[in-house]
Amino acid sequence: MSKIHVSTTVNGEPQEFLCEADQSMLDVLRGPLGLTGSKEGCGSGDCGACTITVNGRIVCSCLMLAAEAEGQKIGTIEGMADGEKLHPLQQKFLEQAALQCGICTPGVLMAAKSLLERNPDPTEHDVRFWLAGNLCRCTGYDKIIRAVMETAADMRGASR
Amino acid sequence: MTDVQYVAPRTLDEAVGAFAAATGAARILAGGTDLLVQMRAGVVRPGLIVDIKKIAEMTTIEETAGGGFRIGAAVSGATLREHAKLKKAWPGVVEAANLIGSTQIQGRATAGGNLCNGSPAGDSVPAMVAAGAIVTVQGPKGRRDLAVEKVPAGPGRLNLTAGEIVVCFTLPARPKGSGDAYLRMIPRTEMDIAVVGCGVSLTLDKGTCTAARVGLGAVAPTVLLVEDAAKALIGSKFGAGGLDDAALAKAAAACSAACRPIDDKRGTIAYRTRIAGVLLKRTATIAAERAGRN
Repeated sequence: MSKIHVSTTVNGEPQEFLCEADQSMLDVLRGPLGLTGSKEGCGSGDCGACTITVNGRIVCSCLMLAAEAEGQKIGTIEGMADGEKLHPLQQKFLEQAALQCGICTPGVLMAAKSLLERNPDPTEHDVRFWLAGNLCRCTGYDKIIRAVMETAADMRGASR
Repeated sequence: MTDVQYVAPRTLDEAVGAFAAATGAARILAGGTDLLVQMRAGVVRPGLIVDIKKIAEMTTIEETAGGGFRIGAAVSGATLREHAKLKKAWPGVVEAANLIGSTQIQGRATAGGNLCNGSPAGDSVPAMVAAGAIVTVQGPKGRRDLAVEKVPAGPGRLNLTAGEIVVCFTLPARPKGSGDAYLRMIPRTEMDIAVVGCGVSLTLDKGTCTAARVGLGAVAPTVLLVEDAAKALIGSKFGAGGLDDAALAKAAAACSAACRPIDDKRGTIAYRTRIAGVLLKRTATIAAERAGRN
């Protein structure tokens, strides 16, 4: 069986790749495209470590076929910082040590960014529900939630 | 190298043609949140995957001429949530679909997939049953419509013939004074599979319930339409204290009587049977409150 040729956009850049019909987007990102920021935790859509955006919506890249990326706009953690300048969420996570082992962090950051784009002033309840699909086995979540809330406040202040 | 083929047709006719012509096992790919997990677990090994998300009819929500809604089978939960008019007319259907999985899952998971996965515990299905949704399917022999409760045949099995694809759900126009709701029992607050799920849709006219439908999930091999519970609600009064207690008790008993559940790690037969009645009361109360405001 011949491979499938896919033309897509990854982090704003046109990208082409070949994949198998049953290969996941996560496999292609981490393999041929060399974008290893997205992690594989469970492989079944439960943990959120592989979170990417497709046309601005967060999805688990382990539950998406790579072939589905044809003509779509894919966003990964590698596209979050602006060159050397970290996104405010990334900066806050570092400052507040809102991570321990770091495996869940790319997915958490992708999901949190997507929340703040839609809701710049979320309640703690909003943050906890939005991030319910991102499992962290180290932090107990409080630091993550606090970092997201404080980033939201900073970004609101900066935009005034 | 694998022997799986992937196609993403632009039209429904092409999709039906490819699906019907497949020699081995073929699977429709909508959101993939069940299919990819099953493929990975080795439960299904499709020879052909037909991605239906490039077909406009499958991925859009439209208002029908009569004031109802047509929801494409591959519309994601996130898209349902963002449709203000649909959410206002059918809050129960939207909240049921939105209970499935995390934000990430909502970005992909669809009502069509939830129905076709054939789980008795699918959250959107009892709400669709209560709503009186009509499912349009298309196959090699053309199109047909059937009531949503007629689609599941048993766990993982559907009353569809070879090559048929679920195209869309049609929700009817809402008479004034209508409301719907969906509640499920799970032992935690989020991200779990229903132990029991209950959908209720009803219409009030001057404080009297004139129409009702009740859907129950996770208590039988398929999601159930509980007509006796609806009959118990119809004719009851909705006052300051909510729906008439006697009618609610009768409807709850009808739900418990309809249960044919299994014992499993999520709940026992006795627990599911009892909870079906409890959930009916709570869900009908919310539906009636919403109806009273419309």
